[in-house]
Parts: sequence; structure tokens; C-alpha cells
Amino acid sequence: MFYRENGQYKTSYGADQQIFPIAQDRWAVLLLIAAAFVVVPLVGSDYMFRAIFIPFLIMSLAALGVNILVGYCGQISLGSGAFMAVGAYAAFNFFVRIPGMPLLLALVLGGLCSSVFGILFGLPSLRVKGLYLAVATLAAQFFSDWMFLRIKWFTNDAPSGSVSVSGLQVFGMPIESPISKYLLCLSILVVLALVAKNLVRGAVGREWMAIRDMDVAAAVIGIRPMYAKLSAFAVSSFIVGIAGALWGFVYLGAWEPAAFSVDLSFKMLFMVIIGGMGSIMGSFFGAGFIVVLPIFLNQFLPLLGRLVGVEISTAGISHAELIIFGALIVWFLIVEPHGLAKLWALSKQKLRLWPFPH
Amino acid sequence: MKLRNIVLASVLAAAGAGAFAQAKEQFFPGLPYRTGPYAPNGVPWANGYSDYLKLTNARGGINGVKVIYEECETGYDTARGVECYERLKGKNGGATVFQPLSTGITFALTEKAPGDKIPLITAGYGRSESQDGTVFKWNFPLAGTYWLAADALVQTIAKKEGGLDKLKGKKVTLVYHDSPYGKEPIPLLQERAAMHGFNLQLLPVTAPGVDQKATWLQVRQARPDYVLLWGWGVMNSTALKEAQATGYPREKMYGVWWSGAEPDVKDVGDGAKGYNAVTMQHGAEPQSAVVKEILEKVHAKGEGAGPKEDVGQVLYMRGAMSAMLAVEGVRRAQERFGKGKWVSGEQARWGYENLALDQKKLDALGFAGVMRPISTSCADHMGSNWARVHTWDGKKWNFSSDWLQADEQVLKPLVKTTAAKYATDKKLTPRTPADCQS
Repeated sequence: MFYRENGQYKTSYGADQQIFPIAQDRWAVLLLIAAAFVVVPLVGSDYMFRAIFIPFLIMSLAALGVNILVGYCGQISLGSGAFMAVGAYAAFNFFVRIPGMPLLLALVLGGLCSSVFGILFGLPSLRVKGLYLAVATLAAQFFSDWMFLRIKWFTNDAPSGSVSVSGLQVFGMPIESPISKYLLCLSILVVLALVAKNLVRGAVGREWMAIRDMDVAAAVIGIRPMYAKLSAFAVSSFIVGIAGALWGFVYLGAWEPAAFSVDLSFKMLFMVIIGGMGSIMGSFFGAGFIVVLPIFLNQFLPLLGRLVGVEISTAGISHAELIIFGALIVWFLIVEPHGLAKLWALSKQKLRLWPFPH
Repeated sequence: MKLRNIVLASVLAAAGAGAFAQAKEQFFPGLPYRTGPYAPNGVPWANGYSDYLKLTNARGGINGVKVIYEECETGYDTARGVECYERLKGKNGGATVFQPLSTGITFALTEKAPGDKIPLITAGYGRSESQDGTVFKWNFPLAGTYWLAADALVQTIAKKEGGLDKLKGKKVTLVYHDSPYGKEPIPLLQERAAMHGFNLQLLPVTAPGVDQKATWLQVRQARPDYVLLWGWGVMNSTALKEAQATGYPREKMYGVWWSGAEPDVKDVGDGAKGYNAVTMQHGAEPQSAVVKEILEKVHAKGEGAGPKEDVGQVLYMRGAMSAMLAVEGVRRAQERFGKGKWVSGEQARWGYENLALDQKKLDALGFAGVMRPISTSCADHMGSNWARVHTWDGKKWNFSSDWLQADEQVLKPLVKTTAAKYATDKKLTPRTPADCQS
């Protein structure tokens, strides 16, 4: 009844080609962004910002980057953790070694370094596909682990290989309080998400999807596989690199190479698969599922236990959390193999016909 | 802006009311890892920590102030550890002190603790340069760091050889967990190697260290006179098994304290006979008074956190001692800020900086023979630089050395320069003597 595009005439090319062609979508997204910028800072607590919102935003950004590569271009990658690490350490080096380096510029340069690294490790994608490519990108992961543990220059000669940053500021505003950190992450996420949304519906995005659906056919109709694949690697690792830099700078504050281990790569791949491959919205769902759900379970289970009068031990909660989390993943994949984003799309479809479905 | 103020005010009022209602209870948060690959080492520590806090309540609290304890499982994951820290720091009127029990979480929290005004105790682990309290105001590596452990090991080896001058030309191999934890001792060992002219070979083992065939092949080729083991969790038992397979004598292997507890050697049993490890003062202490008291006052009532047999094991004692230090710091702070009163994290920090646990107090607490007196100051957040070495006889750990004191001539300059580098990197001004007084 409320959600339908009847009567929304598009009278210009501009109106026809906008990001959200349906007015309700446009308003919903604008409202959501406004709420995130205005309402959340008013009501969120310190804990919510530092432990839930900030990691959720950063991981959404990372999942978005991985989704471009895996979901849109069909190149399975297990090197996302490495791209994050390169982004974080490169931004760290720019930030620490060059006096007066602005934070935003350091983040962008970190992203660019990660981009170059991504292209380099994307080269095997020109020859190998599918699972074999996943194994090849795993090399990036091991290479970055090795590089940041062994080459002391990257960690500013810290004896233990751990680095830290402080005194963050943007345009003279200190990024110290949880709210300012949240707003910084949110702004970067909104900008990059819009860029990504536009990219995937533009020429480049169509090339990626053509390569994903059938690379031989794509080559036949004149799409250069090398350009398409490497550009996907470049854009994806740029976004992932910025997410990595934010993860280190804003969330952890101090980090070691183990913070970007292969575990993280797997997690990001799961976010994309569970959230929905080839969907910008899916990245947010996936990140929410992987980042927020375990924390929620960890806090909800003891409450539930207390309600029925059972005191669960710390280890018990942790095990239960893993069991439930694993079961949910399996359940979601069986019920909806195309991820949470597909559920979202289906519900939108249903809403259009509501209340008179045929 | 108005709405925000109202919301903030109501939140603050709610938090304030909560804090007020529980002002008589001192909150000690715990960040253990009872699950994951390192759980065998994490569980006894956490049990010791929680049992000792229960014992404190059984003894009547800290001058009447009861202690509350709450855990948040980290699984040794840094990101999860940060989440736990954020979750627990404001609970129950505010956390007194955090003990991160992980090098990665320690590094992350070192950046956050000064802002939140919560001290960090890293008893025996963490960053070694945080001994310098003029730079690391909120960090307390009480009674030991990895540099202290490495120094004690070099001294033990020298004693075996007949003096530090006899080390010249000897080959020492460090087999270490490839992480900031494993790399911590390297600067000190390099310094010592340059001083005494022994060869230091560094062999990293990729975490978690299940596959060490290549490493021990290198050990076999190099035939070092001694092997120092900086391993952790499953890496330790694997190293000992590999040493057995390569025929490297376990008597010439020396581990750090994370490589010298029951879970590390139990699986190897007789194969680990003769293997040594440094201890940060205490070893397995089933005979100590505090263990008996815990068994009697906590476990007998069925409130013990783990199995009875584990009470008094090496890592259990580590947890109990860490808890004792946390509690005694609060007691010391109460002497200044009011006996029998709740102290804030900031006030507790003063207590940790001015710890004065003499032999008499240790005896009263049941730690006689377990550890030596500790006294901290603004410049020295470690408080005691003694260690011992114990040896596995196939069934249990026995002390095989006297008390060893780390050489301040070696340790101090290293701490000073590393801490100064940290201060310049972070643009921190070291604390002035006036700040030290406060």
C-alpha cells in the first residue's frame, strides 16, 4: 500500500538514473543516514559506541570492499585480512614518519598502498579461478603476516612489532571521544558506500558482473578481463585497506600483525556470503551478523540463564555462543542461500503487493 | 542540544545512583580465556584469580569492603578483549584494575587506560619497558617482565658454565613464538650477547606452533649449547617432543614462565624430564599457606572455580598472586584515601605505585616462601627483580636454583631508552617529580 512506485513518473534521464529510483527507498535511506548521524549520537552510550557501533561500521566497510571483489566480480579472495593489514601499517607509517600528516590523507594513502598490494596479488586471478584463486590469495595473507613480523621498518623499529597511534584529529577536531570516532567512521562509510553503489551500477560494475557471470562470454563481447579483474582488486583492496587503517587507528589504537590474521579474512568472507553476494546492503547485514550477534549472545545468554535460575560459567557461555552462532549460520544458509540481502529483497517484493497479493 | 543534555543527565544520574548503591563493593573485572587454543594455560590462571578474590571476601574483604568479580571471555582475541574492556569498565561503580593477560590486549588497553583512568596490572608479561612509571603512568608489570626473565635465564646458564665470562663463544638459540610476546626478550638477549660474546641464534615459530620440524632441524644443525624456549600453549609440548625426537638434551633447555607450567609438560611426561623454566618468583606451591586457606575457605564450601587438584599449580598460583597484588594495591590506596572506603581506579593507581609488601605482610597473606617483598615507586613499576628456576622431574616442578636477581646495570638502560622512545613517538612528556608525588 505504502511501498509502490505507481505514479512516480520519470521525466528526465537524471530521474531515471538516480541511485534509488523509488521515492520511498530514497526517503528511507536518507532517514537512516540522518538517524545514524543525529539520533544515534544522542542516545548511544559509551559502551555502545566503542564496542558495538564502531566495530560494526568498520567491518561493514571492510565487507563492502570484499563484496566488490567476491560478490560483484566473482573473484574469491582469502587475502582480505592482508589488505587490511597493509592499509593499517601503511597509514601508520605515513602518519608517524611524516610530521604534520593529516589523518584523512594518511588513511587515503594507506588505502592506495593496499590497492597496489591488491593489484599485485590479484595478478594470479588472470590465470586461475574459483577455489584455486582463493588459495592463491591466501598467499597474500601469509606474505603480509611475514612482512609485518619480520621487516622492522614497517613497525617503526618497535622491539615487539606492535605499533600504536595517538593524537588523531580531523580539521583540528580531536578524535578522542567515542562519538567523534563514531562520526568519523560513519562519514567515511557513507561516502565510500555511495561511491561503491555508484561504481557497481556504472560501466565498471557491469564489466565486473559480466566477468563474474561468464568470463569467456565477457571477453567475447569486448570486456578486457585483465582490466576488469585488476580494477576490482584495486577498488576492493582500497576500501578494505581504509577499513583496516580505521580498525587499527580508531578501534584498537595499538595493534600487532595477529590482529589481521587469516581468521579475519575468513570472517570477512563469511560476512559477504551470509550477508549476500553482490549486494551493498548485504555487506551491512553480514557485518551486523558476524560482529554484533556474538557479543549479543555473550551478554544475553547469562541473563537468560539467570531468568531460569541457572548460573552459566564463562566457558559455558563462550561455548554456547559458538554453538548457537554456528547453528544460525547453517540455518540461514539453508533457508536462504543467497544471504540476508535476498531476504530483504523478498520482503520488499512482498511489501509492494501488500495488502492485496495475487 | 537540549535533548542530548537531558539524555546525558539521566544516564549519568542512573549511573551515579548505581554507583552510589554499590559504593561499598570493590569491582575487579576479569578478562580470562577459558576457551580457544590457549585455554589450557588460561583456565588455571583465571581459576586462581577468582578463587583468591573469593578468599578475600571470606577473609572479610579489604578492610571490610567486599570484592565483586565478573569475567568476560576474550578467547585471546584482541578485538574481543577490547569489547570486554569496554563492557566491564563502567560496571558495578567502575573497574578497579584490569589484568589483560595477553600481550595484544595489553598493547591495545595501554592506549585506552589513561583516558579512562583505570590502571593495568600485567604481572610478569606485557611490555617490558612499562616498568618505567614516569612514562607508563597506568601500567604495572608487577614482579617481573620478559626482560627480567631473559636476564635471569642468561645468569642461570652462566652459573652452569662457571661465570659470565665463560659464555664467550657459546651458542645460544632462542626458539620463540612469532608474535610480540615471543619477540619481547630479543633486545635484552642481544644486549647480553654483545656484552659476553655468546652467539645468539633466533628461530621463530609460526603461531600456534604445532609444526616445528624445520625449526628443530636447524637446532640439530647448529648444535647450540643452550636452547631458550619462548613458547606458548601447544607450542611448548610440541617443542619438547621435537627436542626428544632430535635428541636435544632437555637439561639444556630453558623456558620462560609461560613455558614452565604443568599443562606445557604433562603431555610429554618423562620426555620433558630435566627441562627447566624460569619462574617469576613462585612455582607450583601446593604446600603454601594461601593454598591451604583457599582449599579450606573456598573449595570446602564448593565455591572453587576449578578442580581441587589444580589448586597450587604454577599458573593457578600466578592467578592467585596477580589477584593478591590487585587487592593489596587497593588496601594500600585505602591507607591514603580512607580505610574501609571504596577507592576509584585513579586512587587504586596510587596504591599500585606505592605498594609496600614486606615479608611480614606476605606471611600474613599466606605467601611466605612463595614470593619476595615488593615495593614499587614512581620510577619503578615492577617492584621486585627476583626470579627462580625450576625443573620438571617427570611428575612435578621442583626448584633447582636459588633466588636470582636481574642485573639492573643491563635492565635499567634498556628500559629507559625504550620507554623514552615510546614517549617521543607518542609525544608524551614524562612525569615530573611533582606529578610523582601526587
